[in-house]
Amino acid sequence: MDPVLAGLAALVVLGSAAALAMRNLLSAVIAVGIAGMGLAILFLLLGAPDIAITQVVVEVIVVTVMIRAVARTGDEEEGRPRSPAAILAGAGAALVIGGAALAAFAALPPLGAPRPTPSFWYLAESLPGAGAANAVTAIVLDFRGYDTLGEATVILAAVAGALVVARGSGGGAAGERDGAEAAEPAEAPAPAAPAAARGREEAIRAQG
Amino acid sequence: MILYALVLVLLGLGIHGLLAKRNLLKKIIALAILDYGVNLLLIVVGYRAGGGAPILLPGEDPAAFARGSVDPLPQALVLTSIVIGLGVTMLLVAMALRLHQRYGTLDVDRMDRLRG
Amino acid sequence: MRRDEEGLSEIVRTVARETLAVILVYGLGLAFYGHLTPGGGFPGGVCAACGLVMAVLASGNRSGFVAAIRGRVAALEAFGALGYLGVAALGWTAGQFMQSSLPRGTPFTPEGAPFLVILNLAVLLKVGAGLFAGFAALVAFGREAPPAGGGEGRA
Repeated sequence: MDPVLAGLAALVVLGSAAALAMRNLLSAVIAVGIAGMGLAILFLLLGAPDIAITQVVVEVIVVTVMIRAVARTGDEEEGRPRSPAAILAGAGAALVIGGAALAAFAALPPLGAPRPTPSFWYLAESLPGAGAANAVTAIVLDFRGYDTLGEATVILAAVAGALVVARGSGGGAAGERDGAEAAEPAEAPAPAAPAAARGREEAIRAQG
Repeated sequence: MILYALVLVLLGLGIHGLLAKRNLLKKIIALAILDYGVNLLLIVVGYRAGGGAPILLPGEDPAAFARGSVDPLPQALVLTSIVIGLGVTMLLVAMALRLHQRYGTLDVDRMDRLRG
Repeated sequence: MRRDEEGLSEIVRTVARETLAVILVYGLGLAFYGHLTPGGGFPGGVCAACGLVMAVLASGNRSGFVAAIRGRVAALEAFGALGYLGVAALGWTAGQFMQSSLPRGTPFTPEGAPFLVILNLAVLLKVGAGLFAGFAALVAFGREAPPAGGGEGRA
């Protein structure tokens, strides 16, 4: 096998496994970032530079957001490992799902085989039909523009959900507080965070 | 083949993490890994041996380009899927922070106990 | 909390300030040339959001700066959505919704496909502003108003 692909695959697997295995959440977040960056190079080698660029910038924001969350909540994973029964159940589920996945993967064509798909039409029509040299952009914005509209709506919904969840107080009076915020937007003093959380944030900054 | 194996391992790791981990941030990380697996599967299925990026260069023969390039359709789908994954991750992190604020822990088992 | 409002050290803040424009222009370029080169509205938007996130992290949330600009960011996102729908509605002049109706210039130039350029820029605005608004909400999390239901004091 191609040693470069094999090395990158090993990097991605190691990063993902480490992210799940490490008990320190900050280390786990950084490990998943490593896996994502390795995946971006893999995308580039597989002839998908658009995806590679997107993966890199998305990974940066994901890691940033997660580090913020870890800084807010403390970086030690709480709780002891699961009970043996739960581990057994998990192993059984993994066996069933893995078997089904293996059967499905066995039915896939070998890697790199040419397949008759609409892609020939897309590739041939992207320049004359849409005026784009980049066939991916032609598909995203022109041939499948409705899809993109829908996906933009999904992003809007996800971000709106995040805004609502992050703003609400968890119990009533949301409308009143919004009004108060609109009245004095800039100089609103930030309420004190719990002292323990502040200490943890400082500690994490000192480490980093 | 090694790439299909990588997809399989990523999917397995993601499902394992989603089911077995109790920390909410670990669950979010597991979902991100599952996301990696699905995206990589789509890209790998669209790969063509020796194929270049689906970008036509000036002066390149369009017919040869259409024959030799990798499949652009899965790439177009994955492109938006990655960005949507980012939006979903943000939503989940906001929810996890809210739950942490409410219960003082990210451990789903302890949240259950605290509620009762 | 104090350090959170002040941001990072002078060196980091200066570097962030000087590189912010470069990152924004890079994101804009990714979107603008997205139909010719790798890139497009989605990576361009995320890249621009990355630059803004860096600026916020480096300079800190001074005097509620994040909350103050969030309204404008939301307006930008709405502008992007309206741009996308507007260009799509222009397709009615050519027959149907979402039909590429704008005149096309020579291939392999930005004006070769103005339809795609405008859509890419609209997607950039939408994605970039949307993601940054989400991040701003996470930064300001719990800072705007004390939680009503016992959110304080945990170890």
